Amino acid sequence: MTVRVGVVTFPGSNRDADAMAALALAGAEPVALWHESPDLQGVSAVILPGGFAYGDYLRAGVIARFSPVMRAVSAFAEHGGLVLGICNGFQVLAEAGLVPGALLRNRSLRFVCRQVAITAERRDTPFTRAIPDRHPLRMPVAHGEGCYYADEATLAELEAGGGVLFRYAREDGTPAWAADDQANPNGSLRGIAGVISTRGNVAGLMPHPETAVEAALGSDDGLLIIRSLVESAAERAAAGGPALVGGPALVGAR
Amino acid sequence: MSPTTSFRFAVNVTPKPGILDPQGRAVEGSLGHLGLSGIHDVRVGRRVELTVEAAGEAAAREVVERLASELLSNPLIEAYEVEAIGAASSARGDGAAREARA
Repeated sequence: MTVRVGVVTFPGSNRDADAMAALALAGAEPVALWHESPDLQGVSAVILPGGFAYGDYLRAGVIARFSPVMRAVSAFAEHGGLVLGICNGFQVLAEAGLVPGALLRNRSLRFVCRQVAITAERRDTPFTRAIPDRHPLRMPVAHGEGCYYADEATLAELEAGGGVLFRYAREDGTPAWAADDQANPNGSLRGIAGVISTRGNVAGLMPHPETAVEAALGSDDGLLIIRSLVESAAERAAAGGPALVGGPALVGAR
Repeated sequence: MSPTTSFRFAVNVTPKPGILDPQGRAVEGSLGHLGLSGIHDVRVGRRVELTVEAAGEAAAREVVERLASELLSNPLIEAYEVEAIGAASSARGDGAAREARA
């Protein structure tokens, strides 16, 4: 049976169709989820896509955090459900406190839109298991507020506890640790491009794996991440998974 | 229904000390173009003004504090202060009174 993976559309999401197409390429059945509905339609994983949810007013991601669908997604995550936030979706996860840290305005103050390289710091997670080695993955970034920030104590915890999932890298794969490294597109602390929750079921990253899924368009490295998610979701679905209903009843029960 | 009063507040949100503020830095960088000098530590934040209906100022402030900490600021990176900027603009007890005013 084809595994069903949800993609949330907020007002202002603009990479939702790309995420749906990437999921289909990776062998999943994409399911469109609407921001006003707390019904996750029984999906086995959720992607929060890129864009400018609710116009990025106030702070990127913050208003989306309080939407009906996000209450369901938070409950889903609490029950161990797999959630991947890409770009604006990462910002939503950070604002919701589902992953640690915050995304600040790029150090350059410029919207940065270009191909970058990242390395997976871990390949034993539901989001990175299909990545074969430590070679850098190439995919685009497109954001104005992607500068990863957490205080020193949180950063130390992340490093020690395997919370750093992706780091910006130079072409040869060495990490772009420094905030002013040319290969660090936004000045992120320690070159952090993506993080994963302590429980390992929620991850966010600024680069766009869903738009790097066809070699003809520059890179298909992103498919490794999407495929990892789909494989993990399929396994969980086959095993019965956590309570993945996510409908109003589940929210009400909290 | 107990009568409520309108209270006007401002919430000033600023980046916490030590948090990179590239906007502040850009503003600082432009000061030379104006021929100004001796200005430093520019921090750019945001100000949100709002009116709250409540039984008293303490209750109103409590609502604003919650709004400021849960929505208007991100406690990881921003600090806020709540400022009362105007007392009761009008008393309003019930629907009839409101209608009468309209």
